[in-house]
Amino acid sequence: MEPEDMIALDEFCASHQMDVSFIRSLEEHGLIETIIVNETICVRDNDLSKLEQVVRLYQELNVNPEGIDVINNLLQRIEDMQNEITQLRNKLNFYEEDQ
Amino acid sequence: MEFIDYYKVLGIDKKASQEDIKKAYRKLARKFHPDLNPNDKEAHKRFQQINEANEVLSDPEKRKKYDQYGKDWQHAEQFEQARQSRQQPHGFERETFSGDFGDSEFSDFFRSMFGDMGSGGFRQRQTKFRGEDYHAELQLNITDVHKTHQQVLTVNGKNIRITIPAGVENGQQIKIKGHGGPGINGGPNGDLYITFHIVNNTKFRRDGSDLYTTIDLDLYTAVLGGEIFVDTLDGKVKLKVKPETQNGTKIKLKGKGFPVYKKEGELGDLIITFQIKIPTNLTEKQKELFEQLAKLSS
Repeated sequence: MEPEDMIALDEFCASHQMDVSFIRSLEEHGLIETIIVNETICVRDNDLSKLEQVVRLYQELNVNPEGIDVINNLLQRIEDMQNEITQLRNKLNFYEEDQ
Repeated sequence: MEFIDYYKVLGIDKKASQEDIKKAYRKLARKFHPDLNPNDKEAHKRFQQINEANEVLSDPEKRKKYDQYGKDWQHAEQFEQARQSRQQPHGFERETFSGDFGDSEFSDFFRSMFGDMGSGGFRQRQTKFRGEDYHAELQLNITDVHKTHQQVLTVNGKNIRITIPAGVENGQQIKIKGHGGPGINGGPNGDLYITFHIVNNTKFRRDGSDLYTTIDLDLYTAVLGGEIFVDTLDGKVKLKVKPETQNGTKIKLKGKGFPVYKKEGELGDLIITFQIKIPTNLTEKQKELFEQLAKLSS
């Protein structure tokens, strides 16, 4: 029995109709992290959102693990750029107020 | 409630084959999938429309009903009653993408015509799923975020008490863990994302944790020096002005600026620019004295 904040990988895979080997390949690509609890491979509740996203990209858009890795990196870059845009926008407002 | 042209949504002809529908749907879904367009409400909306259009057009039964009634969809209920007496056919291949959606993702038009038949996605299966993430916007005055404070927000009908850290920036987004939609089958709740819109209701200009202001200084204090009182966000402070202060001189009051985000007790600086005011409407005596000064200086 897995702890409250863990989800057994077998259970997750069964419900999403996917092979455990796929999740293991995601782990090899550093896309997700699994933990062994009482001899059961589990994922953390906190990582569920990320794992579900990865599964959606795989199942719905047919993106392979390498592609998902590329997408994740690009999404991270977009987020960083959006934060930078917010900062620059605030700076621009600062100078516009000065006019 | 408006009629929705599902063919138009997918950019296909009314005579489109199942293969054409599948192709158009896949192409648009790849473009507007919520996982590839985070925080893009417009893309999210488009994706829902595309999903709904596919839900109808890729199902021969629904497509038939949609084609038959189309704009006359209000009468679809009679059709539905008649249809239920027949056996529902099977064997068509259909796919629907899930995205990261809430419970009710179909339009009123769809529900009115087809009832609350979902897409049969992940949520019907017996496993733990994380709840939906909620997004909210909150407008605050700059003076509201000068100090860490608690505020009660109403999100989806629920009151949530949140702590707003001092120093939040305009446009900044914070995540309140576990305050999104409820998890499914014991899964964790989603998160609540709040985007702040900070309105500057002060005379100070803000750049991160530093505040800027311009102060008018009379000529005599600028030349001879003296003491003045200046406003800060915490009230007035006494400031010494050095003799012979030039116009445009900047001085920094350390720790009199804005709180640094998530750094308890740490404050930015207040930067003051002096703008020296030349006296006007001089008396004859004043003019005379200035002339004497001018002669002395030449």
